[in-house]
Amino acid sequence: MFANLRHLLRYQALIRSLVARDLRARYRGSVLGFFWSFVNPLLLLLIYSFVFTVVLPGTHPPELEPFALFMFCGILPWSWFSASLLEASNSLVAGGNLIRKVLFPAEVLPITTVLANLAHFGFGLTILGLFLLIYRPPADPLKLLWLPAIILVQLLLTVGLALLLSSLTAIFRDVRDLIQNLLTLWFFATPIIYPISVAPARIQPFLNLNPFTHLAVAYQEVLFHAGPFYQWDRLLLVAAEGLVAFLVGYFVFDRLRDALPEEV
Amino acid sequence: MSTPAIEATDLRKIYRRYSRRRQFSTLKSALLSGSLMRDLTPDDSFEALRGVSFRVEKGRTLGVIGRNGSGKSTLLKLAAGIGKPSAGRIDVNGRVSALIELGAGFHPEISGRENVFINGLMLGLSRKEISRRFDEIVAFAELEPFIDAPVKTYSSGMYMRLGFSVATHVDPDILLVDEVLAVGDESFTHKCLSKFADFRRRGKTTLLVTHSLDLVERYCDEALWLDEGRVRAHGDPRRVIDEYRMDVARAEDALHTQAPMVTASEAAPTEEPAETPAPEAPQDLFKVPEGRWGSREVEITSVQLCRADGTPAHVFPSGQPMVIRLTLASPHEVTDFAIGIGLFDDNGTCCYGTNTHIEGGVPGTLSGTAQVDFVIERLDLVAGGYKLDVAVHRTDGVPYDYHRQLYTFRVSSPLADVGIYRPAHRWQLSGGVRITGLS
Repeated sequence: MFANLRHLLRYQALIRSLVARDLRARYRGSVLGFFWSFVNPLLLLLIYSFVFTVVLPGTHPPELEPFALFMFCGILPWSWFSASLLEASNSLVAGGNLIRKVLFPAEVLPITTVLANLAHFGFGLTILGLFLLIYRPPADPLKLLWLPAIILVQLLLTVGLALLLSSLTAIFRDVRDLIQNLLTLWFFATPIIYPISVAPARIQPFLNLNPFTHLAVAYQEVLFHAGPFYQWDRLLLVAAEGLVAFLVGYFVFDRLRDALPEEV
Repeated sequence: MSTPAIEATDLRKIYRRYSRRRQFSTLKSALLSGSLMRDLTPDDSFEALRGVSFRVEKGRTLGVIGRNGSGKSTLLKLAAGIGKPSAGRIDVNGRVSALIELGAGFHPEISGRENVFINGLMLGLSRKEISRRFDEIVAFAELEPFIDAPVKTYSSGMYMRLGFSVATHVDPDILLVDEVLAVGDESFTHKCLSKFADFRRRGKTTLLVTHSLDLVERYCDEALWLDEGRVRAHGDPRRVIDEYRMDVARAEDALHTQAPMVTASEAAPTEEPAETPAPEAPQDLFKVPEGRWGSREVEITSVQLCRADGTPAHVFPSGQPMVIRLTLASPHEVTDFAIGIGLFDDNGTCCYGTNTHIEGGVPGTLSGTAQVDFVIERLDLVAGGYKLDVAVHRTDGVPYDYHRQLYTFRVSSPLADVGIYRPAHRWQLSGGVRITGLS
């Protein structure tokens, strides 16, 4: 397993090229091209602003104004997470031809989807940053130094789950539909469109079991809330969970590796 | 002894089929009904390779031949490291490049240039190596003007050329090729072949899976014949190919002589229940339903192809006798008739045609059952498939019973001479010329 992992390092150039290819190919043929990476989150932000200032005003605590930006702090990382898992679960099946015909480490494919979505997350983050500067300038810019750490933890968790789900999907195609529904549930079980403070006390323990709760709250604390970053101990916990997810994911992937050319 | 480039030891590969799961049940239903474990037990398995052992020394070119489904491609994939053997082992020493499908993994939306880089990286080159060889790759594929266009705009030929070019410029020690030469135009094929020749000169090892026996004979140092997952023969290409050809001919022969050589009145599938489609009877492969017509006052009730001793056969060695045996039935006596035969090659070109009238025969009477043998002393045709016309008609040509290319036979030959007709001949040499081995 670890030999394969080392082996994978030799393929970083391939992963880099594939991520670049993914990003380039995604908007090929559209007029705005790469700008969509910025326009998409911008439009999404406008929609949320419209809904929560015009359609549903006053459904959230007043200190969380502008609420659309608050939600956006959670939605952006969540889209990265969920899109990665959905696309990754499909990546081996979609790349079946490659796996059957070309010898290369198959884990390159799910990892690529996670990284390509990370890039989109980056673009979204830039848009969010601009709006935060205008509406809620950060009191303590140094707090932003936590951001790379949070992203790294999320990356570890996402890659781990992506490896696990992609290899399982190759064997059981139904995993794909399963996670689609699980992700919807997961989304609402994470304090993204509501602050964790408004959740009833009796479901708080459940929310705390969800690793993405801590990630979302971490993003909110670093980007949106004033005051120091309280979440670092929780973040450490999620980092540990991410590491476990990665090791388990890679282990399962490695075990199923030889079956892949026949299953995809 | 040096380390071989490829060595397989009792190599086995079993493909399992989970047909129950494939059909309907899914993880969810498997979980619900608790039948997961049962569904995961393979209920059918297919042994693609059943203990294959061979070794290929460095610098040799090995051609792998065999019928469809004999395990050739599985062998190649295992050599490429795609999939693991079920048992046994295959050791490959050196950098491998596998030409299994040209351009697998090209992304249609991005340019040829980017695809070359990504494909090269996948095949294990570094970015620097690709940059160094980039111009050469593009030049070989003859795609200089199009290299920055998206690959989806390429023709399939361009696509393949690029794929081939990248795969061969990986500069492998061992090249694995699966039937890729079957596609592509003539000039591309030539280019590929000269590239292989170049490989060979530079002392690289090649494993070539192909149905083109010709190619094996011309380009390979040795041949390996796989049959139902086992090695049937390995060694000198000429010997292995001849053995293989003989086996194929025997199989065809067996198939054909089993099947009755008759004909129209029985051909109508009256006994077949209407709802079951007629099974693919093997004789249908050889009996081309080209047509039959005529007034049937006289009928040809059977046509048999025999060797000189009267045993029915389907394959005839070139230069040996062949007998076309017709059985005729005429309920009423006829006095105006001629019996004819026609030989056609696979393309439908008439090789020879004659009838009793052309040859000056004056018809007497024909009634009841009759047997007519058309005896060919020497079947001087080159190897290949042939079709046969037989007919009974009036001397003015109005047919009683005409069987248009309803029968086929094959001519076998150890020589690969070309054309249709092989005149009995010999080479006579005098003066300062010496050639040995001419029969």
